[in-house]
Amino acid sequence: MTELIDFLIVSVALVAVGIYGIVVKRNAIRMLISIEIIVNAANLVVVAFSRSTGNVQGQVFALFSIAIAAAEVAVGLGLVIVAYRLYKEIDVAEFRSMRG
Amino acid sequence: MVDPVFVGLAVLTVGSAIIALETRELIYGAIGLAISMLGIAGFFLILDAPFVAMFQIAVYVGAVAVLLIFTVMLVRTQALFTTKEDKGRKAGGIVLMLFIMGGLGALLLASGLNSSNSFAAPPVNFMKIGQEMLTYYAPVLIVLGLVLAGSVIAALALARREDIVTEQEEGQQQE
Repeated sequence: MTELIDFLIVSVALVAVGIYGIVVKRNAIRMLISIEIIVNAANLVVVAFSRSTGNVQGQVFALFSIAIAAAEVAVGLGLVIVAYRLYKEIDVAEFRSMRG
Repeated sequence: MVDPVFVGLAVLTVGSAIIALETRELIYGAIGLAISMLGIAGFFLILDAPFVAMFQIAVYVGAVAVLLIFTVMLVRTQALFTTKEDKGRKAGGIVLMLFIMGGLGALLLASGLNSSNSFAAPPVNFMKIGQEMLTYYAPVLIVLGLVLAGSVIAALALARREDIVTEQEEGQQQE
C-alpha cells in the first residue's frame, strides 16, 4: 500500500531534476521542459494532499494549475520562436540584447 | 510493502524526466517529457483522481507535448545538436540536485508525515469537482478561460511574421 510520503518523495526527485535542468541547460526549450517538470511535481503534491485530507479543493486547484501551465508554455514557445528568428539560435547565453 | 505499480511508475516518471533533459536530440526530449507526464497521470489514477488524470493527459500529452514537438521542428537547426555546456556547471548542477534531494527528503522523513494509513479518508467523488467549479469557483473558471484565450492570442501575435508580404498585397502596392 502506498502512503502520502511516497508521493512526496517522488515529487522531491522531480523538483530536483527540474532545478538541475534550469541551472545546467542553456537551451531555451529545455529550460521550458524543466519548468514543466517542476509544475508537475507541484501538482502531484497538491493532489496527494487532497487525497490524504479528503477535500475537493486540492483537485480543483490542480486543474487550474495545469491550465495555467499550458497557457505559460504557449507564450514561452512563442517567445522562443521570436528569439530564434532574431538570433538564429535558441541558446539563452546568445541572447545578448533585448532589442527588437 | 510498497506497491510494485507505484515503483514502476516512479522509475518511469523520474527516468523519462532525466531523459527529457539529457538526450542529445531535442525532439526525443519532448517525447520524454510526454512520457513523464503520462507517468504523473498514472499517479493521479492511483490517488483516485481520474478527472485530474484525464485533464493531465488531454492538456500535457495532447497539447503541450505536441506544441513542443512542433516548435522543435520549426527551429530545427544544426545548433540544436551541439550541446554547449561546460563541465563545471554540470557538476555544480548535479551537486545542487543531490543537495535539494537530500535536504528536502530528510525534511520530509523527519516531518512525521510518514504515518501509516495516511489515505484513510474516502476518495473525492469527481462529480463534486464539477459542482465546486460551477458554483464557488465559477468566477475563477471564467477568468481562466480569458487567460487561456489571451495567451493563445499573444502566442499567435508573437509568432506572426510581418516581413512576408503576400502577392496580393504586393500587387496593390504596385498599383
